[in-house]
Amino acid sequence: MAKEIIALILAGGEGSRLGGLTRLIAKPAVLYGGKYRIIDFSLSNCINSGIDTVGVLTQYQPLQLNKHIGIGKPWDMDRMNGGVTILSPFTKHQKGEWYSGTADAVYQNIHYIDELNPKYVIILSGDHIYKMDYSKMLDFHKKNNADATISVINVPLEEASRYGIMNATDDGKIYQFEEKPAEPKSTLASMGVYIFSWCILKEFLIHDHHNEQSDHDFGKNVIPKLLADKRSIWAYPFKGYWRDVGTIQAYWESNMDLITRVPQFNLFDPNWKIYTPNPVKPAHYIGDTGHVTRSIIAEGCMIYGHVKNSVVFPGVTIEKGSYVEDSIIMSNSTIKSNCSIICTIVGEKTTIGTGVKTGLGEYAENTYNPKVYQTNITVIGSCSVVPHNAEIGRNVVLDNHLVPQDFTSLEIPSGGAVIKEGVARV
Amino acid sequence: MYNTMGIILTGGKNNRLKELSMERSISAVPFGGKYRAIDFALSNLVNSGIRNVGVPTQYSFRSLMDHLGSGKEWDLDRKTDGLFIFPPYLSEYGTGWYRGTADSMYSNLTYLKRSNEEFVVINQGYAIYNMTYREMLEQHVDKDADITIATRLMDDFSKEDLSMLGIVETDTENRIIDFQEKPPNPKSNLASMGIYIIKRKLLISLLEDSAAHGYFDFVRDIIIRKLNELRIFSYEFKGYWRPLISIQLYYRTNMELLDPNIRYELFMKNGKIFTKVKDEPPAKYNEEAEVKNSIVADGCIIEGKVENSILFRGVKIKRGAIIRNSIIMQNSEVCENVILNNCILDKNVIISSGKQLNGDRNWPLIVGKNVRV
Repeated sequence: MAKEIIALILAGGEGSRLGGLTRLIAKPAVLYGGKYRIIDFSLSNCINSGIDTVGVLTQYQPLQLNKHIGIGKPWDMDRMNGGVTILSPFTKHQKGEWYSGTADAVYQNIHYIDELNPKYVIILSGDHIYKMDYSKMLDFHKKNNADATISVINVPLEEASRYGIMNATDDGKIYQFEEKPAEPKSTLASMGVYIFSWCILKEFLIHDHHNEQSDHDFGKNVIPKLLADKRSIWAYPFKGYWRDVGTIQAYWESNMDLITRVPQFNLFDPNWKIYTPNPVKPAHYIGDTGHVTRSIIAEGCMIYGHVKNSVVFPGVTIEKGSYVEDSIIMSNSTIKSNCSIICTIVGEKTTIGTGVKTGLGEYAENTYNPKVYQTNITVIGSCSVVPHNAEIGRNVVLDNHLVPQDFTSLEIPSGGAVIKEGVARV
Repeated sequence: MYNTMGIILTGGKNNRLKELSMERSISAVPFGGKYRAIDFALSNLVNSGIRNVGVPTQYSFRSLMDHLGSGKEWDLDRKTDGLFIFPPYLSEYGTGWYRGTADSMYSNLTYLKRSNEEFVVINQGYAIYNMTYREMLEQHVDKDADITIATRLMDDFSKEDLSMLGIVETDTENRIIDFQEKPPNPKSNLASMGIYIIKRKLLISLLEDSAAHGYFDFVRDIIIRKLNELRIFSYEFKGYWRPLISIQLYYRTNMELLDPNIRYELFMKNGKIFTKVKDEPPAKYNEEAEVKNSIVADGCIIEGKVENSILFRGVKIKRGAIIRNSIIMQNSEVCENVILNNCILDKNVIISSGKQLNGDRNWPLIVGKNVRV
């Protein structure tokens, strides 16, 4: 049976502004909210909206993403007809070709979509945190007899120049699109969620492919071209929590949004569950010496220390006498005894030695990559071992796969970095 | 152990677990924050490499069927073999009700005959332990035994607990020379764990033989009657094992999970324990939360004080509430300023504000499913 609508999730982005968090994995595979990976939100939105056919376009560091998605079981997408398909770049006519842009990625998979022969295609980005019922957006698209519908969210005027801004009439018809305008005329920012009538999109993708001046990007090229051709494009207003966790600060803040008493973004909604592969671990344990407030703690953790304002992923051990505050501790890491971990993101499978202190001193500019690391947050990579009694400042970056020998000093002042050369890096 | 299949006996009507087993099979009793009792037997079989598992069900099996589903969570949704569930049925000979453990297997003889594994592990769905059956099978083969029964020295059990078990006596070769089912005055503290290894073909002929004589119970009518005729050996298991056959044992076993060594042995040391997933978000602790020495599952929201307790998935503890030494099952809600001591709340219970419930350490207070106090 032909599907009315299928989804394509663009999951090939590097997310370079997330620094060490995306060195070994694609941005949609980054852990979020104590249990999830970022792409879970798009995938869960799809299945909760009744979309059971999803193509996931991967490119940058896809291993973790492929493992995570598998055959789509956690999202109930292991289907006879439809389901989830990973669409990686491939070779053709004796030459290999990467996806050169978001529109090109879809163009190169026209055969996938044609085979399914849907009436509509929804294009999603795999790196956003939100809950949205796409079926309502589709109703809106159909009601307006639109060629394309773009989901928009109201942003504060002073931030509008960071987004793609839609200028629309009062009833929602878009007449102009401006990418990161210096003087925004409206506050309707594109969320990177597009519904197209497939026959129209296909025509424009082919046209765009043959245009050598094009960057083959939806926002930059395809949408402006549709507008220039006076196609019917509508803005679908979305109200609710939506975050592009593109920077370390935004990522950290969005995680911290979850620990407020009544979070604006509610993961506890039984009617809109967010699915992810569940770890096979027992319920977590808080020890006699443990104390947890304003935090979320996942399964398999053992907490013997104090945890405050933090997000703790499955299988983490926090030993006696340690204090964790304003931090994100990812899966299967261990914080040994008597540590003080403040304002730090600790990657997966990392061991923090006894007596380690982080978040010491005042902010200083990062010496390694000041464009990416420019907050109070210290980032410790995955699979690393931080030596006992290390004293680590703010805005520090510690690489993935570090061993104690990589540390030339136990004191790493604010803005410092320990980077391992020669380890699998891109 | 690809040449071995598994059968899990899920127990008949059992009121020793009182309200907890009134509406569910004893094997489906929730345990340890996110499990049901049968998860242990089933995971142990899977972790031993067994891929063909039959589960005859009898009493109130809806929740058990719902839990097991297609066997997906245990990786038993297989094209060949996998998980088979056998509720009782009506037929020319069958009564629509299994008359005993042997009858529950005899009624599904076709399944046993169609399987082609050499050995069968029969175990019970209501015991909490983590064990693979490899070593036991090796001993079974070495001793050229007809039946091997797993046993355990129950020096951590009281006499009352012992008299709910099968007590065995062995000779120096570990051959079982006496088997007493639920003796009022146990002669030893070596107890049968209700785990048997037997050749499939021998099991079939023993079941046929006992049915022909009008006998229906595996222990009473096969093991005890044939103690001299068959070579029945004991395999001594040295790890942690608790059958959930009384409220006291149920309560004690849950509370023992607070011991890190026992948790390690059950969940980390050997194979993993699998269970049906519920897709709950991680537990959330608010400002006022004060949790000590407790197990907390996903989906909980905690604003009160919790000590020495087990909270299952989706439990809400409101401000000012104090929970001590209690077990609170899935989706139950404890409202503001409630005080609970030594209580077991079944699923979907609501304790309204200000109530105080006190049980005794030996007689915990049980609040049945869906009750609003």
